[in-house]
Amino acid sequence: MITFENVTKIYESAGQQVKALDEVDLHIEEGEIYGVIGFSGAGKSSLVRCVNLLERPTSGNVIVNNQNLQCLSPKELREAKRHIGMIFQHFNLLNSKTVFTNVAMPLLLMKQSKKEVEQRVYELLEFVGLRDKAADYPDQLSGGQKQRVGIARALATQPSVLLCDEATSALDPQTTESILKLLKRINQAYNITILIITHEMGVIREICDKVAVLDQGKVIESGSVFEVFAQPKTEIAHDFVSTVMQDDIPESVHQLIQSQSSTNRIYRIVFVGDSAGAPLLSQIAKRFDVEVNVLFGSITELQGTPFGNLIVKFEGDAKEINRVIMDINQQEVTVKEVLEDAG
Amino acid sequence: MLVDWNQILAALGETITMVAISLLFATVIGLTLGILLVVTRKGHLWENAAVFNVLNAIVNVFRSIPFIILMVAVIPFTRLLVGTSIGTAAAIVPMVLFSGPYIARLIENSLLEVDPGVMEAAQAMGATPRQIIMRFLIPEALSSLLLGLTIATIGLIGASAMAGAIGGGGLGDLAITYGYQRFDTIVMIITVAILVVMVQGLQTAGNILSRKVRRR
Repeated sequence: MITFENVTKIYESAGQQVKALDEVDLHIEEGEIYGVIGFSGAGKSSLVRCVNLLERPTSGNVIVNNQNLQCLSPKELREAKRHIGMIFQHFNLLNSKTVFTNVAMPLLLMKQSKKEVEQRVYELLEFVGLRDKAADYPDQLSGGQKQRVGIARALATQPSVLLCDEATSALDPQTTESILKLLKRINQAYNITILIITHEMGVIREICDKVAVLDQGKVIESGSVFEVFAQPKTEIAHDFVSTVMQDDIPESVHQLIQSQSSTNRIYRIVFVGDSAGAPLLSQIAKRFDVEVNVLFGSITELQGTPFGNLIVKFEGDAKEINRVIMDINQQEVTVKEVLEDAG
Repeated sequence: MLVDWNQILAALGETITMVAISLLFATVIGLTLGILLVVTRKGHLWENAAVFNVLNAIVNVFRSIPFIILMVAVIPFTRLLVGTSIGTAAAIVPMVLFSGPYIARLIENSLLEVDPGVMEAAQAMGATPRQIIMRFLIPEALSSLLLGLTIATIGLIGASAMAGAIGGGGLGDLAITYGYQRFDTIVMIITVAILVVMVQGLQTAGNILSRKVRRR
């Protein structure tokens, strides 16, 4: 649906060159919710703006709906943009126009008939839950309501792609959640491919299927949200994961780790799925001659599925503990990783 | 001392005519120049350094010439346009040349205040440059544009007073020739009072209109 091929974007300001995107390759499948996370200045905004050519790549191709937008004439490009909706951090609504006119704007630009416009706008306002606000002005609305208007406006032309540029960064946590739910609903109801740019790992955890980590214009890590949460390969990805999932070992546990011996060993178990964690440990306690002691744990939810991280102490005969580890390693379905935290 | 009210009314009519007609032409020129000064800027819709620099320089030149000198300097041009260099119609030509570039600057300022995010949204939804100007830029700046035009109108009333120097007529002319040069204090006070009321009224009307446009 969206493909980045070797995309580089260089800005020149005051004789200095800044590389906002550095040979980015990315592929987003139809119907996916794809998140791109990074710190400010990592190039996220440039990345999303290269999709609808608000910014033109310095080199490389961006292909949307099997079209290389850079090869289109201005007229064809405007037509193509109708299939790409976009919402913004600061909503970017027309403050001088009512909610109705704001949502109607893309249709008015296409010179649709009054009747068609009216029907579509009320349908959209109904969908985002703002039908009764049609005659209001944006400054009478809350941030969440403004973003709903922005979403309705972006959907007016029935796009196949929705770009979200830090769409929840100016909102409080409750509002963020309701907007994310709405995005998920849009994705499911209309099969719209959604590209989300954010610096909040919570957003990725909440609704994304896949994630790419951007740092200094490069995609340093990408994969399914499960993969990246379970096994972040880079330090930055790990840092982002730990903002929503406490997985650093607390100081008190560190002391225990230092005191471990061959008959008293500590492991980290990462698991996915609601039946994974506790039964595994209770089975081990039954089947093997070891004491199982959970020292520390955190569980978060990834797309409705629990995702856990346990620090567990096994006490018993060294050979018996090795058998336990071998057993856990065979249960690949539920156990993502068993790490020996050697001191 | 008798006050000739008919004379004062006639002068008021001349002032209103001069200001209204100059404002009309100056707004057309100012709006065009103002929009061009914004959209030819770096990073804008029709980025064009040459056009921007030339327009910018022209506006600055006209803005730096004192009105009284401009009036005399453009006499040949005025004669070419309206066939005479004396009278109300003749005064309108320098007033337009004086006010147009001023309005261009005011409009440029108002348009630059429009949130760049709104422009970005317009581009993202595939608006043509013309649509961006007419449906996004101007409506969003309208409230501020109206305040700018109010200032420009009041400036034109001031300029119209000086037009008396070329026999332009109007209240300012009356105040200078009768009030100042003939020591007719009462006429001077009356004309000045009328001017004060006009300016007050205009500013109030401008403020109300601007507020109305801002929201409903």
